[in-house]
Amino acid sequence: MLDNLIIFVLAAFLGTEILSRVPQTLHTPLMSGANAISGITVVGALVAAGMTQGPWSTWLGFGALVVATINVVGGFLVTDRMLKMFGRKQASPSQVDASAAAQRTDGTAG
Amino acid sequence: MKTAIIDLTYLLSAVLFIFGLKRMQSPVTARTGNALASLGMLVAVVATLFLYEILSWPLMIAGVVLGGAIGVALARTVEMTAMPELVAIFNGFGGLASTLVAGAELAQYVGGGRLVDPEGFGIVSALTISLSILIGTVTFSGSVVANGKLSGWVTGNPISFPGLRVLTGLLLLGAGGALGTMLAAAPGFPAVPGAMIWAAVGLGGAAFLLGILLVIPIGGADMPVVVSLLNSYSGLAAAATGFVLDNTALIVSGTLVGAAGMILTVLMCDAMNRSLANVMLGGFGGGDGGSGGLDVPEGKSVNETSPDDTAILARYADSVIIVPGYGLAVAQAQHEVREMADRLEAQGVTVKYAIHPVAGRMPGHMNVLLAEANVDYEKLYELEEINSEFKSTDLAIVVGANDVVNPAARTDEGSPIYGMPILNVDEAETVVVIKRSLSPGYSGVPNELFYADNTKMLFSDAKEAVAGITESVKKMQEA
Repeated sequence: MLDNLIIFVLAAFLGTEILSRVPQTLHTPLMSGANAISGITVVGALVAAGMTQGPWSTWLGFGALVVATINVVGGFLVTDRMLKMFGRKQASPSQVDASAAAQRTDGTAG
Repeated sequence: MKTAIIDLTYLLSAVLFIFGLKRMQSPVTARTGNALASLGMLVAVVATLFLYEILSWPLMIAGVVLGGAIGVALARTVEMTAMPELVAIFNGFGGLASTLVAGAELAQYVGGGRLVDPEGFGIVSALTISLSILIGTVTFSGSVVANGKLSGWVTGNPISFPGLRVLTGLLLLGAGGALGTMLAAAPGFPAVPGAMIWAAVGLGGAAFLLGILLVIPIGGADMPVVVSLLNSYSGLAAAATGFVLDNTALIVSGTLVGAAGMILTVLMCDAMNRSLANVMLGGFGGGDGGSGGLDVPEGKSVNETSPDDTAILARYADSVIIVPGYGLAVAQAQHEVREMADRLEAQGVTVKYAIHPVAGRMPGHMNVLLAEANVDYEKLYELEEINSEFKSTDLAIVVGANDVVNPAARTDEGSPIYGMPILNVDEAETVVVIKRSLSPGYSGVPNELFYADNTKMLFSDAKEAVAGITESVKKMQEA
């Protein structure tokens, strides 16, 4: 118990240190990504659903397994979907720039 | 030996989570960071599957397949504008999972599961299990209500009734009593299971109602704080489950998430110059401007403008700053805004975006929407970065934002929003505010900006107005 408490406090400091430097632009992906990580409860759910014999604990564990898996799989996928959008900057605007610039030259010439 | 291997694997996954989160510090590395974190999760799951003696494989595979399919479907189909409600409900699932695992652990002792030592149940076990149930269930029901407020099946206005605070207080007492009963019943458990089980069920019930009552009095525009706070709770719930199972991986990862949520909560509160208690007690603002409409107060006048006139202003400006707000998300106007900016940039106009931290319904909401519309994130500026630039800007276009540009926050000491950091759009040469009416924002405070000499109001839906401006700029180009 005491060991666990020590780990908890140290992890809290570490988390604060790392995460306070995340820029505003990434706050939503940070949130959904962090939420996927909180789905680590899936590990507990696996143990509960997979190892026990009593019906109550098995079915409670099964329910936990389903919701935790939604959290993990959905959370990581949707975070990736968002981050992909942040990554593809300046993919297409060049086209618009080019055509518009051409129009502008025409305009000044006429 | 086996436990050592499991512990080391969990350590490995915790390290992967930490590296993954660290890479979130820049948009360039964030995507690989997310991949690293999911790898960490895979490592933890695989290790659990192989190293524990799993008895019921079919049930487990069914659970993972079912949950995975639902997760994939949700992640694939969600609209970017609906991201706040998805994040809210995911938080809820995290909380629910923690509660269920704690319940399963308790049931295991009663059922005499072959891996538990009935002698091993002590007061510490009862404490960790009860905390896990309490935090997990509050997170769950609170997140469901938050999801309802964000997606509209619960009204976004603060809901309150006489005795709400008293009822909340009673429920807190009830939850405390149930928790105390669980601790008191611990020495006799699991030989005498009755008291423990009923106290646990009672605790779950009280926590469920508490979660609902805590979120309903909070208005829609304060949801960034609520979603961040619930995010923090979902992490703490996982950490509490880690204490129950004596599992380091859960404690470390849950705590990291708890810290992330807490940091965002504090940032959101600071950005509104309000304390967390003030937000949570609710009652701020009385809905979406009941007095609304286009009635101009006596002694004041409004300069109205049209998309065509705005287009001329924008076309011949050197610099334009776009200020998006929740109205942009509602109208789903992000693509139109991007198109307008492209047109203007092609004319040699410098276009920047000014993002207030609490614009929208969750931290970073505007950034995600504009990223979806393929706006380069380097054009998005935070409040401190851009506020000094309004003075030298020709045109500020406010798209569906209100309180975050209200000068009363700077000047009117009596105003409820006094002291809130705002974007100083009123310092720009000209301000065009795209808005449906003159109604006050969420805070209920009338916005002086609308009547300022250098402000022009464009009464319209954000999407139509911006598309109209773009169209008009295009015509000028072709003419």
